Amino acid sequence: MMDYSFDLTTAWALLLGFVVFVYVVLDGFDLGIGILYPFFRKKEDRDLMMNSVAPVWDGNETWLVLGGGGLFAAFPLAYALILPALYAPIIAMLLALVFRGVAFEFRWRTERWRAVWDAGFIAGSSVATFAQGVALGALLQGITVDEAARSYAGGWFDWLSPFSILTGLALMAGYCLLGATWLVMKTTGDLQARMQRLAWIFGVATIGFIGAVSLWTPFLQDGYYHRWFEGWNILLAVAVGGAVLAVGAAMFWSLRLREHESLPFLLALALFGLSFVGLGICMWPYIVPTEITVWEAAAPRKSQVFMLVGASVLIPIILAYTAYSYWVFRGKIDPESGYH
Amino acid sequence: MDTFLGLDAVMLARMQFGFTVAFHFIFPSVSIGLASYLAVLNAMYLRTRDEAYLRLFKYWLKIFAICFAMGVVSGIVMSYQFGTNWSVFSDKAGPVIGPLMAYEVLTAFFLEAGFLGIMIFGRDKVGPGLHMFACAMVAIGTAISATWILSVNSWMQTPQGYSIAENGQFVPEDWLAVIFNPSFPYRLAHTLTASYLTTAFIVGGVGAYHLLRGRTTNPGVRTMFSMAMWMAALIAPLQIFLGDMHGINTLEHQPAKVMAMEGHFESHPDGAPLILFGLPDQEAKTVRYAIEIPKLSSLILKHDLNAPLDGLDTIPDEDEPPLAVVFWSFRVMVGIGFAMLGVGMWSLLARFRGRLYDARWLHRAALVMAPSGLVAVIAGWITTEVGRQPFVVYGALRTAEAHSPLAASAVGASLIAFVVIYFVIFGAGVAYILKLMAHAPELGERGVREEPGPIRTAGITPQQQMRESGHDMGAEGA
Repeated sequence: MMDYSFDLTTAWALLLGFVVFVYVVLDGFDLGIGILYPFFRKKEDRDLMMNSVAPVWDGNETWLVLGGGGLFAAFPLAYALILPALYAPIIAMLLALVFRGVAFEFRWRTERWRAVWDAGFIAGSSVATFAQGVALGALLQGITVDEAARSYAGGWFDWLSPFSILTGLALMAGYCLLGATWLVMKTTGDLQARMQRLAWIFGVATIGFIGAVSLWTPFLQDGYYHRWFEGWNILLAVAVGGAVLAVGAAMFWSLRLREHESLPFLLALALFGLSFVGLGICMWPYIVPTEITVWEAAAPRKSQVFMLVGASVLIPIILAYTAYSYWVFRGKIDPESGYH
Repeated sequence: MDTFLGLDAVMLARMQFGFTVAFHFIFPSVSIGLASYLAVLNAMYLRTRDEAYLRLFKYWLKIFAICFAMGVVSGIVMSYQFGTNWSVFSDKAGPVIGPLMAYEVLTAFFLEAGFLGIMIFGRDKVGPGLHMFACAMVAIGTAISATWILSVNSWMQTPQGYSIAENGQFVPEDWLAVIFNPSFPYRLAHTLTASYLTTAFIVGGVGAYHLLRGRTTNPGVRTMFSMAMWMAALIAPLQIFLGDMHGINTLEHQPAKVMAMEGHFESHPDGAPLILFGLPDQEAKTVRYAIEIPKLSSLILKHDLNAPLDGLDTIPDEDEPPLAVVFWSFRVMVGIGFAMLGVGMWSLLARFRGRLYDARWLHRAALVMAPSGLVAVIAGWITTEVGRQPFVVYGALRTAEAHSPLAASAVGASLIAFVVIYFVIFGAGVAYILKLMAHAPELGERGVREEPGPIRTAGITPQQQMRESGHDMGAEGA
């Protein structure tokens, strides 16, 4: 039953959802670029791909810190239950991000070991993405909790299941789509044509995965089934499903255009947005499915207010100077100029 | 009992946190100092148009970029580790600490990350004013970051401004009291100053290295060595003073920690001695082979030779920190601090004699002292964090009760993964930084993205370049 009272907890849940969405789309394309590296063997191509995100990757990754930090601050009980439950995927993600992050600097410092750091870039991007997808799937499956003890009560491999592996692979396809469509915007000529082809392939894969995950999810928990398929809710399923297909079709069409090269990327973002809406419909109002609601996990009011005051001013400012930074580095990456 | 290789889950979690945070802290420590140094260099260049400053800026920018990246990736590990390995602490202290960390991300991390791209890659894309602004924002972002995290850590040491809810959570009652807790100003001043001092010695060490290699006429080398030695001379004494103030504050709020630092197992009602060295014996509760100066500890801590100072005999056993670790880490830190002071004073002497760039023994000392700041900050952090034990929130929550319900084997596995990967990755990073440092700052200094390889001469005469690289022109018959 949806609760429409607009209290601080709901505000924080929406804000946190927004932060996670921004992280997924921003770091999605730069992780995607790492996963796409094996398709491009030439050093010049790889240099160009990395340079297209070199000035912005750190800011993108910072949204992950805000996501974790925001969960910690606004829903500390949820943070304390979810993170130990997803211990292995989270540790794997953190270590993979180490390899991915240092590759941005290390691969320029050596001729001999560049292949090693490239491999680290690829492995780091891939493992981090897969781990994030697995974590999402594990969360949706539900986390076993001892409510009285306020502690995780499940096993050590609960996160590992066919469903979470599916969501892991799905996210990899999705990030490859974001990476490829980003590079369609930033590259020209033969490289761009190859990116358009890859965007097509990963677009099909992503929509396929969205379908598979969407059909499987309602059967994970009774609550999910009810939200999507019972009574009038079936209209919701039709609406979201239809929107996914429509956006997908528009995206494939836009890949064939000569101009408006940003359309494929924006439509890929829209696909992610629709997936988020679907995720929200499944989870609300649970933050730890299906045991703990947002209200049960929420921080005390004094904490919520203190943070919201600052966040409501700071987040728009952050978005503004982030947009400025992207604008400074707008346009195609020039293979001749490099970064001297 | 659930153990892995003989260690229980709490101990493994502590080792993992300690290891990852020690590695992590090295990088922001240098980044804070370097970011400010780079901002200063860029500002000097804009003001004086002296090419040496631009050379130095580009030179240190490459090193800064590597250091910053390592700080970022090791930092994300910390923000998630509170939840993965210290979930009880996260649940209980989250309402107080969580918002402070969120503000750190909102006001500092985004600021640094947002402008870093322009600072590193954008000099030719935005005007000089905007580029300078970006450099300043990165420097300010690093300092703001230190401020918030030190407020968090200080609250854990001297908590105030909270109440305890029925569900066991710490609930903030007065945010100003929480943020500006009693130890915060001292720890902030001490840590920020440590950061600048650490960077000064690294810069000074690199300058000294190149001076020893004969590059005594290279303007970039001379400038960086001189700037670093000014910092050593002025900031090292300041840091010793700040440390003293910090110690007196700690005596008031965390007496057991000071007792451990001093090695005072027993109370001294009539002036406590300063124990310089000795071997603490936790079982027998005494310091063996102690070399001590009578009454000096009371003089330093209470400014009165005969003031009584309590010892660990007044503290229940279960509330005592491990003395030996704190005792030695404190001495390492203080020893290095005084060595830094020595180098600073020596450099002043050399400077007034007009021999700053020729005093080879000074240069050797500066080279040896190059990494000393890093050792000192780690030693200092060990002193303060191990000295806080057995509490994670001093007096309010014990470390042993704050960890996640994880099997020892799970924590053991992640600990091993962190140790191996950190040594490989950060070892490589340090190696690349050392490689960059081994080159002197050159005319036509390369940008961040240029390939390693033969140096481009970019329109200067071969003679000038050779002289700056340390060739003896006379001997080569030029």
